[in-house]
Amino acid sequence: MTDDVNPSAANLEFAAGNGLVHRRLFLQGSALLGATGLGLLTARTASTAPPPEVPEWMRAPGAPMSPYGGRSRFEEDVQRIVGPPARGTTGAGSSRTPLERITGMITPNGLHFERHHSGIPDIDPNRHQLLIHGLVDRPLMFSMDALHRYPMVSRIQFLECSGNSRINMNPEPADRSCGGLHGLVSCSEWTGIPLGVLLEEAGVSSDARWLLAEGSDAAAMTRSVPLAKAMDDAMLALYQNGEALRPGQGYPVRLFLPGWEGNISVKWLRRLKLTRAPTMTKDETSKYTDPRPDGVAEMFTFPMGVKSLITSPAGGLTMQGPGLYEISGIAWSGSGRIRRVEVSADGGASWADAALTEPVLSKALTRFRVPWQWDGGPAVLLSRAIDENGAVQPLRNEIIAAKGLHFYYHNNAVQSWQVASNNEVKNVFV
Amino acid sequence: MCSYKLSTILATALVAGTALAQRGPDLGVVATSEQIAEWDRSIGPDGTGLPEGSGTAAAGAAIFAAKCAACHGVDGEGTINDRLVGGQGTIGAERPIKTIGSYWPYATTIFDYVRRAMPYLTPHTLTDDEAYALTAHLLHENGIIGLDDVIDAESLANVAMPNRDNFVRRDGVD
Repeated sequence: MTDDVNPSAANLEFAAGNGLVHRRLFLQGSALLGATGLGLLTARTASTAPPPEVPEWMRAPGAPMSPYGGRSRFEEDVQRIVGPPARGTTGAGSSRTPLERITGMITPNGLHFERHHSGIPDIDPNRHQLLIHGLVDRPLMFSMDALHRYPMVSRIQFLECSGNSRINMNPEPADRSCGGLHGLVSCSEWTGIPLGVLLEEAGVSSDARWLLAEGSDAAAMTRSVPLAKAMDDAMLALYQNGEALRPGQGYPVRLFLPGWEGNISVKWLRRLKLTRAPTMTKDETSKYTDPRPDGVAEMFTFPMGVKSLITSPAGGLTMQGPGLYEISGIAWSGSGRIRRVEVSADGGASWADAALTEPVLSKALTRFRVPWQWDGGPAVLLSRAIDENGAVQPLRNEIIAAKGLHFYYHNNAVQSWQVASNNEVKNVFV
Repeated sequence: MCSYKLSTILATALVAGTALAQRGPDLGVVATSEQIAEWDRSIGPDGTGLPEGSGTAAAGAAIFAAKCAACHGVDGEGTINDRLVGGQGTIGAERPIKTIGSYWPYATTIFDYVRRAMPYLTPHTLTDDEAYALTAHLLHENGIIGLDDVIDAESLANVAMPNRDNFVRRDGVD
């Protein structure tokens, strides 16, 4: 880019109302921006005192190497938002990813969201086996040692609980952080065995259409999976972001069904039973179904809809006065790649295209960014994603008009953040 | 058994460019019928997998009081955990009360879930007769069967749940 990129408000190329700047500014003028003080958002009280010319960490050698790395002590407050367990239980509930405190497309393993139905089992991999049986030619048992010898694939894909964002169907907007509202979504590089390889070895009968997946937790969580999905892109995941699955994510092996509601990616997988029809388990009948206003409930609504969120500025963060900011967020679709993300700073009156950060992968979180010159006045920030199939993320009132307030799962409505002159950012409904 | 359907699915997946580049080393050990019988505790909606044994609501009431009421209420009205009884007629409302009687489409699911996951703190401690009796009790409390109706492998699969017809499937599988 050229010398004429001067990020003072007078020279900015605006792309939409209330200060949205053309995404080109960040794509081409980043070096200049670094020198002119891009506004940073804070989640903690920062010291404004400059460090001494030679700070104490330069006056003595630092810490030695360590066998497993940890975070800076100054980042220890970046934590999952751990909900209370269901009463009378210890480990039934969820913890949420603090989306406003991380960036990029990968969720660190320690911050991946959790949803457990009866706690996290402490599984000895030397005693764990996977059974594949039912409508197969040869029922097979696999040790973990055997599974680790199979050829593997790696894919970067999101996982979202279908109950994510449900709280925004309440009549009034909850005053929560971005992660507190929407943190039941995370994204990892998953490595494991294409499920079809093992099914082929077992020899699937011509009349099989489904398989039942059963976990090895105290709830023995079970879900029915269409065979076509199992043969398409289903994975038996053994690794997450390069290391063995964490116990909270299904160690030593989980089912991973890209793009589908998280509950069906059964953790701690111990059994796959090929069947002609779905087993109609507790979770797929009494829980993960979608009642409509007419009293009919939809079953097996698997894919997660196209969705996006601005994660900065967002609930849980505080502005630092007027100036140039980067609006940053995540977009994803259970049906493919993100094609486009639009951002509004005036409550939806006008929209600007955000820049999508490469790589843009199918069924993965995609990071989007757009510059914003905040004049310090009231603003309402929205993002709206469109996937490669042309599906458009709906507004909250559009979902309510279509589904009423009857539904619980699969809320992919546009999120609105109100930025106030006092630097606060809050969840609002527009 | 023949596998032509699987081949069709595989071919479709390959055309879609998503699938199976690999071939496995075939390291599975053939499971015996005894092993499978021990592991396979899931119950299909047609009653597949239901074991021997039986129970009645009359027998189940005492078990429920001892092992379930602390979390679900004396009458299954829900206390610290899910309500199991009542709520009929609320499913189209803005705050539907989803219980076994008002919502669950298959009675077999009750037996399956109770036997695999309940009581919450001590799963896998119920006998099959106890699981049948608790299933009968929950059906009776919801007004679906009588106090002395015997629930067993045959009768459970034939219980018509009141809300069964109010579900539509969106999986697209034939």
